[in-house]
Amino acid sequence: MGKMLQILKSLTLSELLGGMGVTGRYFFKRKFTVQYPDERAPISPRFRGLHAQRRYANGEERCIACKLCEVACPALAITIESEQRKDGSRRTTRYDIDLTKCIFCGFCEEACPVDAIVETRVYEYHGESREDLLMTKERLLAVGDAHEAQIAADRAADARYR
Amino acid sequence: MVEMIESLLTFIGFPLWMQSVIIILLKIVVILLPLLGVVAYFTLLERKVIAYMHVRIGPNRVGPRGLLQPIADAAKLMFKEIVIPSGADKPLFLIAPIISMAPALAAWAVIPFEAEMVLADVDASLLYVLALTSVGVYGVIIAGWASNSKYALLGAMRSAAQIVSYEIAMGFALVGVLMAAGSINLGDIVTAQQGGVVHWFWLPLLPLFLVYFISGVAETNRAPFDVAEGESEIVAGFHVDYSGMAFAVFFLAEYANMILVAMLAALMFLGGWLSPFEGIGFLSGTFLAAPSILWLFAKTSIFMVLYLWFRASFPRYRYDQIMRLGWKVFIPITIVWIAVVGIAIVAEIGPWFATNTGVTG
Repeated sequence: MGKMLQILKSLTLSELLGGMGVTGRYFFKRKFTVQYPDERAPISPRFRGLHAQRRYANGEERCIACKLCEVACPALAITIESEQRKDGSRRTTRYDIDLTKCIFCGFCEEACPVDAIVETRVYEYHGESREDLLMTKERLLAVGDAHEAQIAADRAADARYR
Repeated sequence: MVEMIESLLTFIGFPLWMQSVIIILLKIVVILLPLLGVVAYFTLLERKVIAYMHVRIGPNRVGPRGLLQPIADAAKLMFKEIVIPSGADKPLFLIAPIISMAPALAAWAVIPFEAEMVLADVDASLLYVLALTSVGVYGVIIAGWASNSKYALLGAMRSAAQIVSYEIAMGFALVGVLMAAGSINLGDIVTAQQGGVVHWFWLPLLPLFLVYFISGVAETNRAPFDVAEGESEIVAGFHVDYSGMAFAVFFLAEYANMILVAMLAALMFLGGWLSPFEGIGFLSGTFLAAPSILWLFAKTSIFMVLYLWFRASFPRYRYDQIMRLGWKVFIPITIVWIAVVGIAIVAEIGPWFATNTGVTG
């Protein structure tokens, strides 16, 4: 008996029509598409994009070559070499982040005691060779200089939770 | 219009036989050009409708609201190289798309768009359509064979088995129609449905109507019966190895076939160019109740959109399920309903069969 009912039910196509009802309803729903170059999805202050090195207000670079980020990096993407400068402070002579290795986990940023290495909101960049994706100290500082206002604002917005 | 062109041709001085050839060619152009235009924009409609059902927007970059997208696609395909695989059977490989395309277009010769508006008023036009839609499968099989690729061959085999199975159910559904109409001329079938919505054959032949349209979806290898292409299983099926315009021709054939099946469904079950308001008292005499080619187009587009709706809604049938549906469900249903129709005609039941058929007389 149950089988007969089952057959009759399938002959009415009720389940197929139900399925079409679902897709039919979705036809009129508001669309989720973000039309990317024209529209952008909102970004959190914690967004982890391209790396940058920051400076103090007087122009001195923040990094003190403590190498905590190098140790924290799970992908071994960071290479640091350091020296003692004439004024006695320790600074980096080399600070490379290999973006082809980087997994954008943000551990370097968390490990940094002086907020020198940060990840910015910049996500629209590309490289046409492997060298393009090797961020040297100069390039990191340049990114930091270009976006300092945004970086500082994001740190301030997130300060309560850090 | 035709007379005007005829007199013009006489004036220029063409011999009589040439005149009729020219006029037939002109008629073909008048049917095919809009058809290919509709096919092109049907692809855009498909992408848009499916996108909307996926809560996306769909193509909207080329031209206003993406309206030039089909033209961009066509231009791209025309300039792409037609790659012929080194293991392919070259002549067959190149003939296959043509064999696929020709029947899809040739079938339009007997489609009546309005009472007298038909290129070739063949007596057995339904039979002709049925024959030509079956020939289309040769294109698929030859393409699969000539590509010399296992995926293409698998797709071709599946497609052949599927089309042969559903041809039977479809044929039986059409037998019901021609019994009810008492004719196998498409124009006569439409005239037999005169008298308002309830006189159209969809109601007395409801099971056949459903079987016909579902087999039509299967015949054109569309989702959810698209095992011949089955991109998640066998890449693209029979046309994996085709590129450029050769691929585009398969595409055109598929869509021309879809529109053909939709229009046949409109003609045979929804009263073709007859108005749905026919026979409603206060509307009689107005343009709403008059038969018009626009009604035919409106009814056809309903089925065309249904095709897209199916594709957005249903997952692909498994191969054995397709065979089961075709052989164990559709064929018995159609046979039973043909018997019902036969009894109804002999017993002169209902308003549908008694008045319209010549069979009873």
